[in-house]
Amino acid sequence: MNIGCQKPLLITIVLFFSVITSPFGHGQQEIFTFSTAKQETTYQALIKELRCLVCQNQNLADSNAGLAQDLRRKTYEMVIAGETRSQIAQYMVNRYGDFVLYRPQVNRSTFILWFSPFIFLVLLISLAFHFIRKTRKRSQSSDYSEEQLAHIKSLMQDKR
Amino acid sequence: MNRFSLPLGIFVTMVALLAVGLTLNPREIPSPFIGKPAPEFLLPALDENASQISNETFKGKVWVLNVWASWCVACRQEHPLLMDVANRKLVTIVGLNYKDKRSDALEWLQRHGDPYRHIPFDEAGNVAIDYGVYGVPETFVIDKAGIVRLKHIGPVTLEDLKNTILPLVSELERIES
Repeated sequence: MNIGCQKPLLITIVLFFSVITSPFGHGQQEIFTFSTAKQETTYQALIKELRCLVCQNQNLADSNAGLAQDLRRKTYEMVIAGETRSQIAQYMVNRYGDFVLYRPQVNRSTFILWFSPFIFLVLLISLAFHFIRKTRKRSQSSDYSEEQLAHIKSLMQDKR
Repeated sequence: MNRFSLPLGIFVTMVALLAVGLTLNPREIPSPFIGKPAPEFLLPALDENASQISNETFKGKVWVLNVWASWCVACRQEHPLLMDVANRKLVTIVGLNYKDKRSDALEWLQRHGDPYRHIPFDEAGNVAIDYGVYGVPETFVIDKAGIVRLKHIGPVTLEDLKNTILPLVSELERIES
């Protein structure tokens, strides 16, 4: 392969990586300043945890939607005002419902969401045990009576 | 027990769950406000000469809060229906103007008609956040005591009006507050 052939490939690769690492790929454009590092980590954690409701399956940190910008600003204002992470999360849940959190709180409506995997796991394990025991029992029990078995044994010995 | 009954049972359950799942609209997020007091607001009116508007203004009345904007394409779709409701004086419609420019909003109303009794002007979108608005248009039905009874997401259709919104409004009108 000569150089002329490799060049377009190289350009393609460079372009590809420049797109996926480009700063425009990230929704967060506004620059907020925090007075303490703790406030900033709270803010960053929250915008990763909160769902953008317009563009579902994106969090506030990744989304460029107008609502995401507004909610980021709201989060920022509340962080600056000294509210805790759980207070801000509760504020959002009160307005947008449990769905706004990527890890919704455990309550009556989210109970199935949280625990159904464990319920299914227990169910499947008990089913598996049930079947294993059943097949084992079947392989242990015999279809022949003692007498018949003795007869079979004698027949086999005769053959030898 | 037939040895097919268990797999069949699992299969039927899965099909039933998936069938229900397919008919749900993932965009429709249940509002946490149903049955709760409508969040309070105090906003300037879109018309600069009019006085400020708060939800105290509508106390003792059944009212519909419609969140709209001039840049909202889907709002145009429901607009003729809102005009019809307003012309027949079926219910008080309050139009929360969401993240809009005053001049754009006024021009839009001039062109398409104004079905709103009051128009609170929510330039920053803060009141909309308090109402959990995530996609315009959204429509709330609020009763005489100021309790949110219904939230409709997306443009209102004739069926929504006839089957859900207007029957609910007349039912709420009958209740003495």
